[in-house]
Amino acid sequence: MSSFFFGRPVSRRSILRCGALATAGLLFGKRFAFAEAAAAAAPQAKAKAVIQIWLWGGPSHLDTFDPKPDAGYDYCGPLNKPIPTNVDGMVIGELLPLLARQADKYSLLRGMTHGNNGHETAAYMVQTGHAEGDRLVYPSMGAVISLLKGYESGYHGMVPPYIVLTQPQGRFSEAGFLGPRYKPFATGGDPAKQPFAVQGIVAEGISTRRQQERRDLLHHLDTLGNALGGDTVLAEFHQSEETAYDMILGEGSKLFDLSQEGQPMRDWYGMNTFGQSCLAARRLVERGVRFITINSNGWDTHKENFQAMRRKVPELDKGLAALLQDLASRGLLESTIVWVSGEFGRTPKVQWEAPWNGGRGHWGKAFSALIAGGGFRGGQVVGATDARGEEVRERPVYPWDLLGSMYQQLGIDPDSPFPRMSDPAIRITQAPGPTVPSGGRLKEIM
Amino acid sequence: MKAYLFFALLCGAALRAPAGEPVFESGAPAAPLGKIDGFVFAALRQKGVEPARLCSDAVFVRRVYLDVIGTLPTAEEARQFLDDPSPQKRSALIDRLLQRDEFADYWGMKWGDLLRVKSEFPVNLWPNAAQAYDRWIRTALRQNMPITQFARELLTASGSNFRSPAVNFYRSAGSHDPQALARAAALTFLGERTERWPEAKRAAFAVFFSQVGFKATGEWKEEIVTFKGVDERISSKTKTTFPDGTRVSLLPGKDPREVFAGWLLASPSSPLARVTVNRIWYWLLGRGIVQEPDDFRPGNPPSHPELLAWLAQELADSHDDLKHIYRLILNSRTYQLSSLPSAHPGGPADFAAYPVRRLDAEVLIDALDQVTGTTEEYSSMTPEPFTWIPPEKRSIALPDGSISSAFLDLFGRPPRDTGLLSERNNRPTAAQRLHLLNSTHIRTKLSQGGTLRALFRTAGSPEKAVTPLYLTILSRTPSPEEEATFKAYLQSAEAKGENALTDLAWALVNNTEFLYRH
Repeated sequence: MSSFFFGRPVSRRSILRCGALATAGLLFGKRFAFAEAAAAAAPQAKAKAVIQIWLWGGPSHLDTFDPKPDAGYDYCGPLNKPIPTNVDGMVIGELLPLLARQADKYSLLRGMTHGNNGHETAAYMVQTGHAEGDRLVYPSMGAVISLLKGYESGYHGMVPPYIVLTQPQGRFSEAGFLGPRYKPFATGGDPAKQPFAVQGIVAEGISTRRQQERRDLLHHLDTLGNALGGDTVLAEFHQSEETAYDMILGEGSKLFDLSQEGQPMRDWYGMNTFGQSCLAARRLVERGVRFITINSNGWDTHKENFQAMRRKVPELDKGLAALLQDLASRGLLESTIVWVSGEFGRTPKVQWEAPWNGGRGHWGKAFSALIAGGGFRGGQVVGATDARGEEVRERPVYPWDLLGSMYQQLGIDPDSPFPRMSDPAIRITQAPGPTVPSGGRLKEIM
Repeated sequence: MKAYLFFALLCGAALRAPAGEPVFESGAPAAPLGKIDGFVFAALRQKGVEPARLCSDAVFVRRVYLDVIGTLPTAEEARQFLDDPSPQKRSALIDRLLQRDEFADYWGMKWGDLLRVKSEFPVNLWPNAAQAYDRWIRTALRQNMPITQFARELLTASGSNFRSPAVNFYRSAGSHDPQALARAAALTFLGERTERWPEAKRAAFAVFFSQVGFKATGEWKEEIVTFKGVDERISSKTKTTFPDGTRVSLLPGKDPREVFAGWLLASPSSPLARVTVNRIWYWLLGRGIVQEPDDFRPGNPPSHPELLAWLAQELADSHDDLKHIYRLILNSRTYQLSSLPSAHPGGPADFAAYPVRRLDAEVLIDALDQVTGTTEEYSSMTPEPFTWIPPEKRSIALPDGSISSAFLDLFGRPPRDTGLLSERNNRPTAAQRLHLLNSTHIRTKLSQGGTLRALFRTAGSPEKAVTPLYLTILSRTPSPEEEATFKAYLQSAEAKGENALTDLAWALVNNTEFLYRH
């Protein structure tokens, strides 16, 4: 009994709730059928969830996953000693020693390309799997997953199916034409702090007792809601409150309480925002959340690139290596895709002059992505750039090739029309055509 | 303990069950009053549907403020209305509200959705053109411009996007293609979707927009919309077809847009008046007589055809006085019904009760700002002088769909990409609920807002603050049961003093009564 202050009119409310659930079922019935139809034709699902690590700003591929030690100081700067990994012949940037020991778990896509150097457009392409220029604003992959694998398609999780740690990207509308219902839930707060003040879920300074008492007060003073009883318009509203309180007072809030992991586990991931976000992501995957985006900022290194790399890459190395190892040891990596990428790479030739002082600009012609788990084979290098990392030489991978491959692993046919749209030309991912080149799906690692 | 709980349960149920009626309904059963009620109530009788009772004064004052000016009454305004003994006070209030400045703010927002007033992708009006367009629309509404003149100016304007704001109607179609311009014109003035038309009808209609030209100038982002003039395809007599099937010859040198406007504004078969009154009905009563109001077609007939025809005739007879239509609807018993349905309630198309609807995103944040005494920050993806919004600006008065806030996006403000009414999404989600119940944003408003602080201080004691708080947030006085509930809270809850009052304010803004039009 949650109420210790008022005798709550339990019976009436619970009847109302049942009604609400039934109505919600009716409302969603039609769309549910859509999702089922799409599923019928779909490939078999190997993956259940995605952790997307988004390196906002575009990380330097030469300094991370595609080192070019022979290109000289003007290209490598001081980072010219790549290191071997636990997979024969596979080398990686020298700032990633921990990831080097996990290389059997992931593959590197070194032929990523789309040719666009604008943050917004490039991010749009890489996150939606669609080329620019269409009048429609397509949803990001996370929003598509929350439509096809979310509440309306049998998801019963305590927290929303699409979660962003911790801030959404202000310059990118995740939900596109699907509308605000499919936007991610952005946690806010900082997982490296205690408590992790998840926006809306954890209210600092308000005790659990006060939360419960004022919820009772709200129910007792909801004179109109009580008088309207089973009004069908209000059914969804009441349901939304129930879901909200599951998060505030129920399991949802515990989910974000990282202190339950113990300090050694937290230290393993790194006691910084990125590391603890990786740990929170693992907890979310364990609870069945479908799509988690970790937004990591600060990769737009126009100035003093190498100082930034020495600061940021070790955090990435520690958090990501722990995440991959931890997921694997819990048997979750097989069903969880881990995808690491930014919107583009960075100019291979270093700009040594002031005001850049060793900076790198935007480079959409060639960049790298890391992909692991969810049915993708590890220990592989797919594609290659030229000796200076400027052009893709072998096996280009366009954003729609990569997202299409991930959709396929999730049991969604990327070539199928979009469920809610009447026009069959509106597809899950971009159709290749005369102006839209493609390197094909990642068959070599699927 | 168990026995106590059981007893409390019984008490709670007994106290609450009858509480709703005197608060929300007036004693009298609703009887038809004017022409509108004649049509609606006759249909109800025929179907054996019983209308709801009339709404109470407290419900009416809140409803009519929200519906006419998109703004909550202040505590003082609510109290004045409730204390006014005049039997004519409802129609007097309607007249006052129709003259308020916020009328143009609120309806400018609604029309801005239809007319796609937005500076960025995919509409791309650009910030200063969007503002000029918005100002033009709001001025027209403030001056109660006849709908025929409004339509003519939008359809036939030529000139610079900065200096002849109505030309932005064509620029907001998202494409310069005549078919896209035709789609926008059909949606706005015929209430029809050209996607549903046969190809031949679409092509014929597009001819009226085939001579619209777009020219850049030396000034940054200025664009001139023109009549392209003589085109060899129209140099000899070209024939095309009006949407009602009548053939028409286009003469060289005559702007085909003028020809279409002439038909739209003069033809007896023009749907403009019906589309206009139906949209107003939809906005005030939550559902069109033709539903959806932007999907007029033979397969989608009106629920009350005589009512629609009569309202359209009233619009014409009043020389296109839109406020006359508002007045007719707002003064009807049909509009003033309670939202508590009768024992034989009927369906939504019967208009047998006022439908509860969640407040629009913009209205909701403005209401939260008003009751707490706080302001919001808005921003655009393109920061420039035209997109800077002073903090006192209300959300319903925002001039550009690209200027937004996280709250507005979360609560389903329309993106203004297509002009379809269905773009506005008022369905509740768990994320919205979390935001209202527990976010820092709302908690800060409640715990630090100047209006609430002042109210708590002036009241002297928590008990004395209850009535002013109810008037401020719910536009009514509390019932004895509600006062007793809060008294019990004061005695036993963890929160004391101002914290307890903040909890009360929190409970009231999270209430169905606050969040829904009712």
